[in-house]
Amino acid sequence: MPVQVRGEVLDVRRAGVYYVLSITAPGIPEQFRPGHFVTIGIGGEESGLILRRAFAIHQVQSRGVYGGTLDVVVGVQGKGTRWLSGRRRHDTLDIVGPLGKPFILPKEGVPCVLVGGGYGSAPLFMLAEQLRERGCRVDVVLGASTEEKLYGVLDIKRVSSMLTITTEDGSSGTKGRVTDVLPDIMERNNSAVVYACGPMGMLAAVAAIAAEYRAYSQCSVEESMACGIGICMTCVLPVIGDDGITRMVRSCIEGPIFRGDLVRWDEIGTIPADALGAPALDMS
Amino acid sequence: MTRAIFGRGIGSAAAPIPNTDMSAALASLSMPSPVLTASGCAASGRELDQFFDITKIGAIVTKSVMLRPRSGRPTPRMCETPSGMLNSIGLQGPGIEEFIEVDLAWLEARGARTVVSIAGESVDEYGKLAQKLRSAGGVDAIEVNISCPNVTDRNQVFACDPEMAANVIQTVRRQSDSQTPIFAKLSPDVTDIAEIARSVVRAGVDGLTVINTALGMVIDLETMRPALAGVTGGLSGPAIRPIALRCVWQIRQALPDIPILGVGGIRTGLDALQFILAGANAVSVGTMTFNDPSAPMRVHNELALALQERGFGSVSEAISYGHRGADVFETAGEGEIELE
Ligand SMILES: Cc1cc2nc3c(=O)[nH]c(=O)nc-3n(C[C@H](O)[C@H](O)[C@H](O)COP(=O)(O)OP(=O)(O)OC[C@H]3O[C@@H](n4cnc5c(N)ncnc54)[C@H](O)[C@@H]3O)c2cc1C
Ligand SMILES: Cc1cc2nc3c(=O)[nH]c(=O)nc-3n(C[C@H](O)[C@H](O)[C@H](O)COP(=O)(O)O)c2cc1C
Ligand code: FES
Repeated sequence: MPVQVRGEVLDVRRAGVYYVLSITAPGIPEQFRPGHFVTIGIGGEESGLILRRAFAIHQVQSRGVYGGTLDVVVGVQGKGTRWLSGRRRHDTLDIVGPLGKPFILPKEGVPCVLVGGGYGSAPLFMLAEQLRERGCRVDVVLGASTEEKLYGVLDIKRVSSMLTITTEDGSSGTKGRVTDVLPDIMERNNSAVVYACGPMGMLAAVAAIAAEYRAYSQCSVEESMACGIGICMTCVLPVIGDDGITRMVRSCIEGPIFRGDLVRWDEIGTIPADALGAPALDMS
Repeated sequence: MTRAIFGRGIGSAAAPIPNTDMSAALASLSMPSPVLTASGCAASGRELDQFFDITKIGAIVTKSVMLRPRSGRPTPRMCETPSGMLNSIGLQGPGIEEFIEVDLAWLEARGARTVVSIAGESVDEYGKLAQKLRSAGGVDAIEVNISCPNVTDRNQVFACDPEMAANVIQTVRRQSDSQTPIFAKLSPDVTDIAEIARSVVRAGVDGLTVINTALGMVIDLETMRPALAGVTGGLSGPAIRPIALRCVWQIRQALPDIPILGVGGIRTGLDALQFILAGANAVSVGTMTFNDPSAPMRVHNELALALQERGFGSVSEAISYGHRGADVFETAGEGEIELE
């Protein structure tokens, strides 16, 4: 069950274009599973930025001098992330988590491939560790537009069987996109499960490749969220249910991890005509 | 069960508990607190129950429910604005039948007081919704969201026309259990909100919820198109608080006795106190629950302290206290005061 805690910033470090914040968050690490996220209040109690911002939990430590701590990787996007990047040691933050449904792990040691776009690699580190503990082969593909926007290359190398890097400008690794190298990797290693986190376009393409290779895919989506806890209905996307019916589901509590073959990627941002409760087609 | 460990300021668990009498009433609905949730900002209470005990606040006001399941509008459905947000959810929901079976049943089992918000596209639909609720258990009051377009009359918004608003209320009143209090939720997007208030009061409403969101818009400078898929959206949050407060004040001036549930940008106990002083009998905390999931409980605690600090022994002593000395009530004939 999620908790709301006052966290203390222990450390803010730069990593390429990103800021990694280590924060005390008693109660959250204890419940953490890879894929969970937190929301962070922005600007303090009187802030005019009233919506919390969502961040994947990158690392957790449930013990130590500070009790439970967690790390998030912040890419500066707008006002909220800029404010977060300016936090310093001993600042306090209002944190809610763990939120969302985590990644599902295979029971047996099957070959897995993890795909991260930009800061999308953040939730994959602890996932990789847990998969390795289960005896899974863990191939990792990290991609970004340019080298500076890759996150955690050296660290994730330690927990991956093989690491492949792509950048669109060729500044690091293979020039191109993650989806250019993914089919080869899946073919070679007989990957059974694909885990992906990154921009929607990347997720859609990865899910399609996974389907082609008959692999099970799990994608962590990123929809604009006003509350992060399931009470506002802003974060919906069309997902096919067990009964074959498409519903507009809340990505904050039914996701952010979804089976890639169940998300109607091309119709995100629309209401598919056959979705439950869709407006009747106008015949006039 | 771990509830919010993070308590802000005076609402925190460590603060001494003031002995203010926090009981409140909205028509025949008695509550242990004057702080409720707001429709569409609490779903059906279940998620918030993880953060505070929902039976301790006044009531859960549920997301407006329609007759049939509804997908709502495409995304993007929200956009942050200075001290507020725009939303264009489009009343996504499961439809009244599933709502009664799942959500209302859960709320009743949980022991929470429940104000069921209903929304329709025609007078007839509001009537059918009221009928369905008549036989359902666990309905402590009905809030009629009339900020919806009337598809049978050129998509005119019910809340913006005194006659259409009154028609809806009459129908709901007729179809509902006479013991169930009915509230009309008013829109600020009208020239004279007191006129709409009088009209629905004449139609038999037991109280007023004041206000719904104000229509607004943002243009995304990257795409140079409207930021919301629905083009316009409802503005909420502290940005609209002065407007909401003004509406409560005007209606209290016009109708000294009608129960008012004040809503709009309430963030702290002090904000809630302003509404009560302006004439609200109780308040709903909406958007700020997105900012702080324990906000309704925190506002309750902060309000208790704020009342005590000002020498009020109870909530009821403070209601309309801001109007004292204006001697408007003495000159009021049948609750009909024209302002200015
Ligand atoms: C489940 C989830 C996990 C995420 N994990 C990370 C992470 O690990 N690292 C990271 O850097 N970012 C992450 N994001 C994205 C991050 O939440 C946004 O970059 C951030 O909200 C932007 O806020 P801003 O004030 O800087 O931008 P603004 O553009 O000023 O934000 C305005 C509003 O839009 C919302 N918004 C804008 N962009 C996004 C977006 N891409 N996703 C969701 N909401 C958005 C904001 O929450 C805010 O309410 C995640 C988002 C989600 C939904
Ligand atoms: C995301 C969102 C959804 C809402 N949905 C409804 C709704 O279904 N029915 C309704 O009557 N009001 C709805 N409202 C309006 C609120 O109940 C409230 O009247 C308004 O937001 C002003 O209060 P606030 O500033 O405290 O949020 C919604 C508001 C928001 C922000
Ligand atoms: S973000 Fe509010 S319901 Fe998902």
